[in-house]
Amino acid sequence: MANKKESTFVTMVLTLFIVTFIASAALGYLYELTKDPIAASKLAKQNNAIMKVVPEFDNEPSKEKYGMFVDGDSLIFFPAKKNGELVGTAVSTFTNIGYMGYIGLMVGFLPDGSIHNISVLEHKETPGLGDKMKKDKSDWSIQFNGKNPADFQLSVTKDGGDIDAITASTISSRAFCDAVQRAYDAYMEGGKQ
Amino acid sequence: MNNFTKGFFKDNPVFVLFLGLCPMLGVTTTAFNGLGMGLATTFVLVMSNLVVSIVKSQIPDKVRIPSFIVIIASFVTMVELLMQAYLPALFDQLGLFIPLIVVNCLVLGRSEAFASKNGVWSSIVDGTGMGLGFAFALTVLGGVREIFGSGAIFGYKFIEGDGMLVFVLAPGAFIALGYLIVMINKINDKTA
Repeated sequence: MANKKESTFVTMVLTLFIVTFIASAALGYLYELTKDPIAASKLAKQNNAIMKVVPEFDNEPSKEKYGMFVDGDSLIFFPAKKNGELVGTAVSTFTNIGYMGYIGLMVGFLPDGSIHNISVLEHKETPGLGDKMKKDKSDWSIQFNGKNPADFQLSVTKDGGDIDAITASTISSRAFCDAVQRAYDAYMEGGKQ
Repeated sequence: MNNFTKGFFKDNPVFVLFLGLCPMLGVTTTAFNGLGMGLATTFVLVMSNLVVSIVKSQIPDKVRIPSFIVIIASFVTMVELLMQAYLPALFDQLGLFIPLIVVNCLVLGRSEAFASKNGVWSSIVDGTGMGLGFAFALTVLGGVREIFGSGAIFGYKFIEGDGMLVFVLAPGAFIALGYLIVMINKINDKTA
């Protein structure tokens, strides 16, 4: 450690400047490099979720999307059409009352307002408990399929609704219902185009 | 060689040095998550050890900690961007915890305690050994919690139904960690 630089004002400022300069240059370069693959993988994930929740379509729903501002965040609608006719709408919806806060869902509605299928986009619920709302963990969310919220109470049985909550995860189940209800309300209120 | 193997048992960052417990308790709900986090940390550890050992004589003592942190944070951001771009499935699982590698005292600890005093080659070996030791500890802990908590290992279920919930939740991490530390100490006592 004999030839170590001395800690004078100039050497310190200079060192920190050089270190941060090189670091930001490297990161900027890498950001440009990974920007397109990241955008592509996000889009693929979105399209994948849309494909799962609506009937077969032949348009590009992610290009015809439109938004609606609800409860301090926006819902995004992806209309799925076949031969120019609307066969279903995928709604990217959310709730903030999950056990760990935010949960993002993609809910597919048929034109008559009934639920076709639901897929989970994003969640931080407890692994082994709340994450059973995902299809690859359990069949819980299948009970929503084919139901029309007009004559189907979207809340857990404990609250007088028609949904059997996930065992030991009533809060996550409630939040899930809340997100679906939000999507349904917005869809009926003018999300149908 | 000693620099390499010490990371697994004698100086295992988790079981013996107790470094980096925050990410370890957070991500080890499954063996796969533990392994992914461990390997990401290994990459950061090796790269930051490498760079720190190269530039160590150019950095004045009083600003060495900020400089090291900038170097480490850069590599962590690189891991995050690369993982998001090329391993989106893994990023979905770990994305939340990747930025936490910056504040993992294991990484700064090795830069400060080892790389800033040793040559390039032995710093790389130290980083690899410590990183793999960390990955090993996280995978074992994740595996134990996954087996008891959900009756599965690496996602393959071998027991029907639910496991013991406590192992999935945070207290289970402490309980499992405690027993693993007992076992590692036993092994170290015998070999010492």
